[in-house]
Amino acid sequence: MIALHADLIKLLTGLAAVLVAASIAGYVLQRRLSPDGSNTVIQNLNDRVKAWWVMVVLMGLALLFGRVGITLLFAFASFAALREFVTLTDTRRSDHWALASAFFVILPVQYYLIFTDWYGLYSIFIPVYAFLLMPIIAALRGDTDHFLIRVAEVQWALMICVFCVSHVPALLSLQIPGYEGRNLLLIAFLVVVVQSSDVLQYVWGKLLGRTKIAPDLSPSKTVEGFVGGALSATLVGAGLSWMTPFTPVQAGLLSLVIVLMGFLGGLVMSAIKRDRGVKDWGHLIAGHGGFIDRLDSVIFSAPIFFHLVRYGWSLT
Amino acid sequence: MSFVADLAAAAIMLFARFITAVRGVWQGIEPVPLQRVYFANHVSHGDFILLWTVLPDRMRRTTRPVAGADYWLKSPIRRFIGRDVFNAVLIDRNRETRTNDPIAQMAEALDSGASLIVFPEGTRNETGSPLLPFKSGLYHLAKARPAVDLVPVWIDNLNRVMPKGEFVPVPLICTVTFGEALHMSVDETKDDFIARAEMALLSLSPDQGARMRQSLRGLATAPSSATRGNGQ
Repeated sequence: MIALHADLIKLLTGLAAVLVAASIAGYVLQRRLSPDGSNTVIQNLNDRVKAWWVMVVLMGLALLFGRVGITLLFAFASFAALREFVTLTDTRRSDHWALASAFFVILPVQYYLIFTDWYGLYSIFIPVYAFLLMPIIAALRGDTDHFLIRVAEVQWALMICVFCVSHVPALLSLQIPGYEGRNLLLIAFLVVVVQSSDVLQYVWGKLLGRTKIAPDLSPSKTVEGFVGGALSATLVGAGLSWMTPFTPVQAGLLSLVIVLMGFLGGLVMSAIKRDRGVKDWGHLIAGHGGFIDRLDSVIFSAPIFFHLVRYGWSLT
Repeated sequence: MSFVADLAAAAIMLFARFITAVRGVWQGIEPVPLQRVYFANHVSHGDFILLWTVLPDRMRRTTRPVAGADYWLKSPIRRFIGRDVFNAVLIDRNRETRTNDPIAQMAEALDSGASLIVFPEGTRNETGSPLLPFKSGLYHLAKARPAVDLVPVWIDNLNRVMPKGEFVPVPLICTVTFGEALHMSVDETKDDFIARAEMALLSLSPDQGARMRQSLRGLATAPSSATRGNGQ
């Protein structure tokens, strides 16, 4: 625990230093270029930095509360994400009970299984049991209009918002020899790599971005932003190997996988937003849109990172 | 307000935020403490709770919902919530037996400085159409107190959170959109004024057009998302 706290404090101090620098830069930019708040890029940047402070403080607090704190934090994140997701679906009256059980039965059970380390059940609970249960509940209501679409939407919502997100706290159950009691740092590693990739892609894109990578899905994503962001986030990940059970090369390769999955996940979630005709998933976080807008890259990388580490390093 | 009522109000608002993450969209007016009559669409008993929740604290304390006495005086718990927590202006909806004139009661509340929340449809809308025809109450109130701002307020999505007859809410994001204030013009007829107020309210609905088409096809409350998210 001493080692954990020492490393954790080191990491949090580092993040705080980066944020202090970003806040000062944002303040100077605003004073110089946008004293009346008219430059939207700078305002958006400052909103983002502010939201980052809140997120780092929340993450830090949850990490200090250990397993209970992290599990509750991500259970709440799943809840907020599911609330945003279902709001944009075409579900209706006859899906009421299916949706209510998604929120108040399946979500809590999944996180309870994670908390009690029941790998054999939590890894199939939503893909198998919820997958079968949800259409049964919907069918019992007798409304067949758009049945397949509605059932698919509910299953997708659960997979994305609950199943995938819950693989972040699941990292705590891995048993890695020589790394006992420090699993919280794996979560910190995943989150820092994913989020620094998002930030660095944004920064590289703003600095050098020319060629749009997916104009139909996400007009702000550019090849230059993606390559610059992915490579620099991979370096950040390699540089964080001191807090992981990995060598710097392994940490870099895992970071690259995380970054690629996060990027592609962002594209998939953008496709859903385009389909639904919205720009953001919600309005919960100023400058970031909704919860899912911030979580989308974690959603896609968490299960892959979890399984790679589990097969490569864990005893269980 | 007593301490228990304050506590109950805080708990109710926290619960409302937990389920709906409700957000006020101040489209036509500013959130400043002017005296107003907010008139809103009515689909559930949670409507005025959401409207109340998005009001800034100072405004909330002086804003009183107008509600049916028959519902809110039925049990001790409802009476506590209606009277003590929300400080509702309770009106008797039964024309034959009532002794108090509802318009006089509302005018009296306005005269004492309060703002009001009214539901001019008169009852909860349990049909597929976005809005029921307004009753004449709003017109009579506007005539009795012509200086007060009448603010249309569209409450969106609550019908999906808690459809009629269900008792477990499904958490979904709701918005409360405030439109531009109206006043009755001097020579306006009752029907013209009511039609204008209905249109002002309906125009705030984010997917009003889509919903109208759906109700024509007989699909009840399934929301369309085609025009969602344009409120930023």
